[in-house]
Amino acid sequence: MITGTRKPMEEILSMIVPYKRILVAGCGTCVAECASGGEKEVALLASQLRMHAKLKNISLEVGEITLDRQCVYEFIDQLTPFLEKYDAVLSLACGAGVQAVAEVFPQWVILPGLDTAFLGETKQAGLWVENCRGCGACRLHMFAGICPITRCAKKLFNGPCGGSQAGRCEVSPEVACAWYLIFQRLESQGRLECLEEIYPPCDWSRQQGIGPRRIQREDQRA
Amino acid sequence: MSRTSHLQEVLEGAHFAVTAECGPPKGADPQTLREKAQALKGYVDAVNVTDNQTAVVRLCSLASCAILKQMGLDPVLQMTTRDRNRIALQSDLLGASALGIGNVLCLSGDHVSFGSEPQALGVFDLDSVQLLYTARLMRDQGKFLGGGVLSDPPRLFLGAVENPFADPLSFRAKRLAKKVAAGAQFIQTQCVYNLERFEEWMKQVQDLGLQEKTHILAGVTPLKSARMARYMKERVAGMDLPDPLVQRMERTPAPKQREEGLRIALETIEALKNIPGVRGIHIMAIEWEEVVPVLVEKSGLLPRPLT
Repeated sequence: MITGTRKPMEEILSMIVPYKRILVAGCGTCVAECASGGEKEVALLASQLRMHAKLKNISLEVGEITLDRQCVYEFIDQLTPFLEKYDAVLSLACGAGVQAVAEVFPQWVILPGLDTAFLGETKQAGLWVENCRGCGACRLHMFAGICPITRCAKKLFNGPCGGSQAGRCEVSPEVACAWYLIFQRLESQGRLECLEEIYPPCDWSRQQGIGPRRIQREDQRA
Repeated sequence: MSRTSHLQEVLEGAHFAVTAECGPPKGADPQTLREKAQALKGYVDAVNVTDNQTAVVRLCSLASCAILKQMGLDPVLQMTTRDRNRIALQSDLLGASALGIGNVLCLSGDHVSFGSEPQALGVFDLDSVQLLYTARLMRDQGKFLGGGVLSDPPRLFLGAVENPFADPLSFRAKRLAKKVAAGAQFIQTQCVYNLERFEEWMKQVQDLGLQEKTHILAGVTPLKSARMARYMKERVAGMDLPDPLVQRMERTPAPKQREEGLRIALETIEALKNIPGVRGIHIMAIEWEEVVPVLVEKSGLLPRPLT
């Protein structure tokens, strides 16, 4: 899923200064799963904004809506009947959602309420960890299902480096050495020979080739 | 193939090699570098120039190596993959060869978070093994990584580093095998304090026959003080200082600690000379460069061969 964290209140307040009528728009998919931009978080932020307005004696009207997704036109379109009533939309979607909404409604101001973070996994309640960089050339089969591009601080394909000690990364004792994990898992699977191969330089053009990446599939086009 | 550097001649001439490290200054004045390097002349076979070590910005390694070369020293250009992509790295390899710098040491480099510019982007387009592979491709096949043909291949003696004290121990020698397979003709190791573990690693190296395919130089860093020993043990990534050694430094009164550090280094060099497969030593005297001639002389490694 795509993860994100709610922007600090100060930053949100400074963004909405020019506007009197704000629609807080959540997204029911990834950011709801990581408890930063779903229906609950929309309600919480809307209440906080109303309370702030009341305390500061500011005139501010705050609406709430949560779409199933903010990155697909059919869902974004559900905003159409409401927008007239608002000066700006404070979107709690990821950056992709914010941009998609802004593109569908180019006359409206769409503000980002989250800092979009990474592609990750819900590790435990309240803990999300990054484990995919979307490099466009998945090689997880070579690395026992552990991505060195994402989880090794130096993106090494031929690790571990000399900073790996007791299974921890040199950057911080909080960080597990991805290569130690790869080694352990391959060892337990009896597949350590996988590590003897020299992995050639990566083709980064699949990640950051020519501007934003596209996937185009004829079989999916109407 | 003709030899491309003095270091290569020493190693291939079956002499026990001595190299030392020289860190460039955090400024544009070449004088301090010249003074440090001058003090090493005649005592070592080649001088490594670090590449923005610990991710702290310094005078660049390539320029520093060119200065050392002008002084008649044999420089070892350290190249990390942390700051430059494959375009810049390949370009610098050509530049090194054009300047007559014959030795290149390929590393991934300390992570940017340790250094003076923690906000920097860590490039890591290639890793150290891939950099070796690239340099060898350019030298032996006259090709760039992208497939293009070089007008003239660079002349390079290629090296790599290895940390016998990093984990997992059972994989360290195999990882070294990858570096050798990728083109490493010489290896400089992390500083050796834990001789027991180093010997265990060397056994693994010999089991794989790697000492026949590459020249292994063991790292030596004399301890300047008990505080340095404690700091290195607890704070420096990838360092293995056994407790008795740290205690030995701590038991020594402060004014005698340098002397004790020197004694430990001499004992270590003596032990290293007798470990099968060790072809030389690499002295990294951090902020204590003036000790290098003393160490080399007292360990009976003078005069240097082929001078």
